[in-house]
Amino acid sequence: MNAPLIGARIERKEDYRFLTGAGQYTDDISVPGQAYAAFVRSPHAHANIKSIRSDKAKASAGVLAVYTGADLAAAKVGGLTCGWLITDVNGQPMKEPAHPCLAQGKVRYVGDHVAVVVADTAEQARDAAEKVEVDYEALPAVVDPVKARAKGAPALHDIAPDNTCYVWSLGDKAKVDEAFAKAAHVTKLDFVNNRLIPNAIEPRAAIGVYNRADQAYTVYVANQNPHVERLLMTAFVLGLPEHKVRVVAPDVGGGFGSKIYLYAEDVVVTWAAKQLNRPVKWTSDRSEAFVSDAHGRDHVTTAELALDNDGKFLAMRVRTTANLGAYLSTFASCIPTILYATLLAGQYTTPLIHCEVTSVFTNTTPVDAYRGAGRPEATYVVERLVETAARELKIDPAEIRRRNFIRDFPYQTPVALQYDTGNYEATLDAVLKLGDVAGFQARKEQSLKNGKLRGIGYAAYIEACGIAPSAVAGSLGARAGLFEAGEVRVHPTGSVTVFTGSHSHGQGHETTFAQVVADRLGIPIENVDIVHGDTAKILFGMGTYGSRSIAVGGTAIVKAMDKIIAKGKKIAAHLLEASESDIEYDRGEFKVAGTDRKKMFGEIAFAAYVPHNYPHDKLEPGLNENAFYDPANFTFPAGTYVCEVEVDRDTGQVTIERFAAVDDFGKIINPMIVEGQVHGGLAQGIGQALTEGCRYDASGQLVTGSFMDYCLPRAGDVPSFKVDTRETPCTHNPLGVKGCGEAGAIGAPAAVMNAITDALGVKDLSMPATAQTVWRSLQQKAA
Amino acid sequence: MSVKISMKVNGKPVSAEVEARTLLVTFIREHLRLTGTHVGCDTAQCGACTVHMNGKAIKSCSIVAMQAEGAEILTIEGVAKADGTLHPMQQAFKENHGLQCGFCTPGMVMNALDFAKSHPNPSEKEVRESLEGNLCRCTGYHNIVKSIVAGARAMAASK
Repeated sequence: MNAPLIGARIERKEDYRFLTGAGQYTDDISVPGQAYAAFVRSPHAHANIKSIRSDKAKASAGVLAVYTGADLAAAKVGGLTCGWLITDVNGQPMKEPAHPCLAQGKVRYVGDHVAVVVADTAEQARDAAEKVEVDYEALPAVVDPVKARAKGAPALHDIAPDNTCYVWSLGDKAKVDEAFAKAAHVTKLDFVNNRLIPNAIEPRAAIGVYNRADQAYTVYVANQNPHVERLLMTAFVLGLPEHKVRVVAPDVGGGFGSKIYLYAEDVVVTWAAKQLNRPVKWTSDRSEAFVSDAHGRDHVTTAELALDNDGKFLAMRVRTTANLGAYLSTFASCIPTILYATLLAGQYTTPLIHCEVTSVFTNTTPVDAYRGAGRPEATYVVERLVETAARELKIDPAEIRRRNFIRDFPYQTPVALQYDTGNYEATLDAVLKLGDVAGFQARKEQSLKNGKLRGIGYAAYIEACGIAPSAVAGSLGARAGLFEAGEVRVHPTGSVTVFTGSHSHGQGHETTFAQVVADRLGIPIENVDIVHGDTAKILFGMGTYGSRSIAVGGTAIVKAMDKIIAKGKKIAAHLLEASESDIEYDRGEFKVAGTDRKKMFGEIAFAAYVPHNYPHDKLEPGLNENAFYDPANFTFPAGTYVCEVEVDRDTGQVTIERFAAVDDFGKIINPMIVEGQVHGGLAQGIGQALTEGCRYDASGQLVTGSFMDYCLPRAGDVPSFKVDTRETPCTHNPLGVKGCGEAGAIGAPAAVMNAITDALGVKDLSMPATAQTVWRSLQQKAA
Repeated sequence: MSVKISMKVNGKPVSAEVEARTLLVTFIREHLRLTGTHVGCDTAQCGACTVHMNGKAIKSCSIVAMQAEGAEILTIEGVAKADGTLHPMQQAFKENHGLQCGFCTPGMVMNALDFAKSHPNPSEKEVRESLEGNLCRCTGYHNIVKSIVAGARAMAASK
């Protein structure tokens, strides 16, 4: 039991239930008497609603009610709010158009929620939803974020006639422009960071339950942050007393950001449950998910890097238009700004950076955080620029990075962040070996002999995780704190239940957090259970996103454990008739220093709950502590990826032949789980680069609305990965951890695209680099 | 229109009166309350609903329940031993970290069990091809592939 648990490949505690079909996802929950909701959604991207006739639907078998926007307005149900205020360059707050839970006279994207039908069975609700007659007056739509700003573009919201939510900037423009004017070399690229649809395999679902006896609600919902869901729903939308609402996010089948937000459907089923005095359940089908889950990315960018003749970076200038979709989703505004521009220094000493972001409304599904959230977009800009500059200046891509690496820490970037620590050379050196870069030339020649093109591409990313110091976030516009809460409950027999405000939807917290607790307390891991995802059990929590769980949530638990140990020492001192200052705690034993007198952890727990011999004058009985932890800084995981591709000249088909990733996540708790996180992130990043692209036609119809049109990577589309890590512990949290959840998705797109452009010998190529895109590029080059 | 159906599910005879349009997956989840079989899409693409019908892996979202009249159905709940011991394929997924959120997992395991019958020692390429009809968004497939290779070998070894 005393083998170190930190750093051990412990098999996951949660696996047994998932492998035997015993997981309890929201749709698996059946509340007695539950009715079923089906939403009527807009088939138009932009239209006025002239009338809604629901009499036929109401007369349909099993129907309990049909509600429209008028019913919500009459009941004073508010709209969805945005949790981050961005201030425009002119000093004005961003434009925040109303985001009604059911449309108020107008729809603004295909899939916008117009009405809801509640019936005894799911089939009856769906049948009746088709009988709701909505008379639309179709309006011209705009889906392209650049076109949305053009004169005469259809306006979505009266308060934003130019469809602009804000124009925001970071950095010293005058100095940057001056550096560019003097620079020996400028590399310039135009990018589209393709729009993605998250597609967690579990579709969203929600069950609203109302109990008249105590006027209290329970909401079961597939969500990454139940306390945030509750706060938003009670305080801002439904105006309910927070203590009367319990939100349970049970087993959740993947999130990737898309389950952070408070969605209209969650609000509507909760509200309807009270109207009907019956539980109301809604489960999204995949087609609905494609149009109603918040999408990700969708930037149009022009980026320039100024260099001297030695390849030293002098300045960077970035102009981005970001598509927010039709309405502001919960954290939409901060993704293309705070989580994007602040990462543009990457791993480099670029002294001057200026970024201007224009965020616009279009007739498309709202866009918000998707795995990486702003950081993949930033890394793509930086790493495509760096690799292109290296090619233009004929400097080896690894060498140009070395010449510009940050080596002195802490390091203050010109874009607001202060990196506490890092060792970028270490991950670069390691990945060169892991990816056998030395052997590339021979492999390239072999490919050429086989009639194929071969290319290699690098990406050296940095991310800001452990979100976030609340005061910093607040000064940047956050409307919430970003700390985490944890509670350690030691039971009389010495086993432990830990309650965390983090939420696991695949990350394996039940195992990783248990390792941290068992290791620190020196007790068997079997004696530790982790509880998450229920506002009735957990004191508070900000949830899981931004690779924050171990760095922020884990630290809160450590702080609570420290309080347990401190109290345990007092109890031990009393029982051992020693001075408290002489008590040491070591792997499950409270010892009197320099003697063999000791008490086991379980004995102390028992004494705390059966306090017959106990220092009652100084100490309360019981052994239960909680802690809130607000991080001192972000954490800065970083790494270097090398991708090697082969391209079929005749078909344009790209095959990833090798992918090597070396990451520095600081201290690692469970390498097996960390590798799994990297693999998954890489597949999503490779998906962005090669297969995934959300497409709307000009009228605003989603063309990629199913798995038959939107190419989620399948097993045959991705390679086996070579992954490794280097450890530079974070300096400002007790575990030395940084977070690992998003890295793969952040670094992979640039590595893949750098490899393909190397193989093709072209500067520009848009994502996704499908066979057709690559084939066209080859034809253009030949012509 | 409702129809009477009966079949064997995980070795137990079951019968019910259901609407004729009831999908097999709906019957399994909503009528039998065996919720380990999941629904991840509506176009027969994701494979989360994979079960065995008469020993062959099928997507239970793609047939109506009455098409399974008289059939033997095996769902993920029927895979482990009665005493709770995991099947070698389930064990391989656990040992190789072949699952994260767990939502696609039952379909992955059911598909792998059928595949392993004819592939006692599969190559990585064969496993990747066998997963054409199963989507996972968490794992990047790397460890699922490892799990199935190990699981298939373990099944062959335990014969």
